[in-house]
Amino acid sequence: MLEKKLLTKRVGIVNPLSIDDYIKQDGYKQFKKALKMERISIIEEVEKSKLRGRAGAGFPAAIKMMAFAKEEAEHKYMICNADEGEPGNFKDRYLMENDPHSVLEGMLITAYATRATKAYIYIRGEYNKALSIMKWAVDEAKEKGFIGKNILGSDYDFDMEVRSGAGAYVVGEEFALIESIEGKSGRTRVKPPFPTEKGLFGYPTLINNVETFCNYPVIIEIGGKAFAKIGTASSTGTKLISLSGNVNQKGVYEIPFGVTIREVIETLGKGVPENRKIKMIQLGGACGPIIPEYMLDMKIDFDRFEDFESKTGAGAIIVMDERVDVFEVLHRIVNFFGHESCGRCTPCREGHPQLEILVKRFLNHEATSKDLLSLESLARVMHQTSLCGLGQSSPISIISTLGYFRDEYHDRIEFVGKV
Amino acid sequence: MPLQEILEKYPKTGDHLIEVLLEYQNTKMNHYLTEEELKQIAKYLNVTESRVSSVVSFYTFFSLEPKGQHVIQICHDVPCYVNDQPSLVKTIKNLLSIDVGQTTEDKLFTLEYTSCLGACDKAPAMRIGEKTFTDLTPNKVKAIISEYRGKRHA
Ligand SMILES: Cc1cc2nc3c(=O)[nH]c(=O)nc-3n(C[C@H](O)[C@H](O)[C@H](O)COP(=O)(O)O)c2cc1C
Ligand code: SF4
Ligand code: FES
Repeated sequence: MLEKKLLTKRVGIVNPLSIDDYIKQDGYKQFKKALKMERISIIEEVEKSKLRGRAGAGFPAAIKMMAFAKEEAEHKYMICNADEGEPGNFKDRYLMENDPHSVLEGMLITAYATRATKAYIYIRGEYNKALSIMKWAVDEAKEKGFIGKNILGSDYDFDMEVRSGAGAYVVGEEFALIESIEGKSGRTRVKPPFPTEKGLFGYPTLINNVETFCNYPVIIEIGGKAFAKIGTASSTGTKLISLSGNVNQKGVYEIPFGVTIREVIETLGKGVPENRKIKMIQLGGACGPIIPEYMLDMKIDFDRFEDFESKTGAGAIIVMDERVDVFEVLHRIVNFFGHESCGRCTPCREGHPQLEILVKRFLNHEATSKDLLSLESLARVMHQTSLCGLGQSSPISIISTLGYFRDEYHDRIEFVGKV
Repeated sequence: MPLQEILEKYPKTGDHLIEVLLEYQNTKMNHYLTEEELKQIAKYLNVTESRVSSVVSFYTFFSLEPKGQHVIQICHDVPCYVNDQPSLVKTIKNLLSIDVGQTTEDKLFTLEYTSCLGACDKAPAMRIGEKTFTDLTPNKVKAIISEYRGKRHA
């Protein structure tokens, strides 16, 4: 058994539109257990679990939670980041559509442990179904007294609201997300101060990914120590993988960290249609590295991914078979990030149109050796000097293919030597 | 629903700007907002007109130009691309005799590209209005579009 269903155990079994059904299947039991615990011991369990954030960067969840818990303020906000806009990722949608109350239960445990006063669930505007399911779930949870004043007879009050995005990938970035909930254009800010100190409406704010929140009921149930035994030493627990591209059974799979990419593609995804060969895969989503077939025995693990100078733990695997042109893929990726750039900093704003021109030359077999050098240095500069993760990670696909598929670049140069 | 009626459902604070814009634009047959309407929204929420304009231009959902009654958005990203997305684009262009970014003469359809719809597990995908269609083939697309043609007077 490759899969290990901790977060997705109720998917397909529970009726997402029925809180009663969720409760019947032991739902909200972990929140009730947490309500009887000391707040600090909840955070200690999270610390013992060694849980790392599931949005991609893999930041230790307990550190952020503790920093936020320590803040004293009239309002303390939480944001559940469900902006999931990076091409190739759909696991947050899967969680919200199939088991919305597990997301709420995770948020409630966090909120209670940190004395948060209100949470926003920010869902990308394209996710109409997830938006209506989550709104319904929040209403049901309010009716049952899980959200509101004096929750379940305690002296704890907590509110929750669902907000919709309006088509902007960059808004997934923390400060852009804050601006968007404030009703502004979503542009990032220079850190520090970090959101946990001064975030939404100027108050302390804890931002986590949907999947991160879904881990908390599991941690409360089995304990941090047992949780830390799942997965690998550096990456504990399970990971939801969004498997897409040229693969027979695309979908979301929950695996313990440490499973190889090949196992996911071949065993869970049942391989490539018509037995075609895999040429390359992109890891993590559009911002991740593109690697060749011979690297598929790599284990899925945060630290392994960091070797690629990228923060690509969001868990997408995009399979591309032998028919796929590297440059067509790069062109679409550059196009995506160029379109989504907020325009605030120069390397990203000015760099993307240039990248696009250069990649297009390779696509059309019109590149020169000079173009290769320009592309290489531009990609590096953007990676190193952009203000936020968008501009920093957008060139990763180019940097990685310049390494692993360099021959293909040379093949596209019109007259080698012509400068 | 008239704009004023929608506005009155919201507290007069700027953080509801995006929600108001979304809700109101959705009620409009041609999916766009006019300068007059933006002014009215700014006034009600007590925010500057320039802030409203900046929000409208920042988020791709908003438009200041009228669009077709049905906006077809076809996903442009890699997981759809490697699942035969180009043949869908070709089919729709031929069927409607327009290019991506254009609106049909009868103002019924606008064809656009969209970023990944998060439906890559059922690629290729497209959206028409608030509905996402998945596992598309050229034939399936033809059937969907002719169904929307029938909705002309709906
Ligand atoms: C351009 C950009 C887009 C992002 N999009 C998302 C997103 O859609 N969902 C998400 O959870 N985090 C996204 N992030 C990461 C968030 O900024 C933040 O780190 C994350 O929500 C923290 O969650 P975690 O600690 O639970 O992993 C994005 C970051 C950048 C730079
Ligand atoms: S890197 Fe791009 S998206 Fe990020 S702040 Fe700079 S311009 Fe905006
Ligand atoms: S790439 Fe088309 S839905 Fe994700």
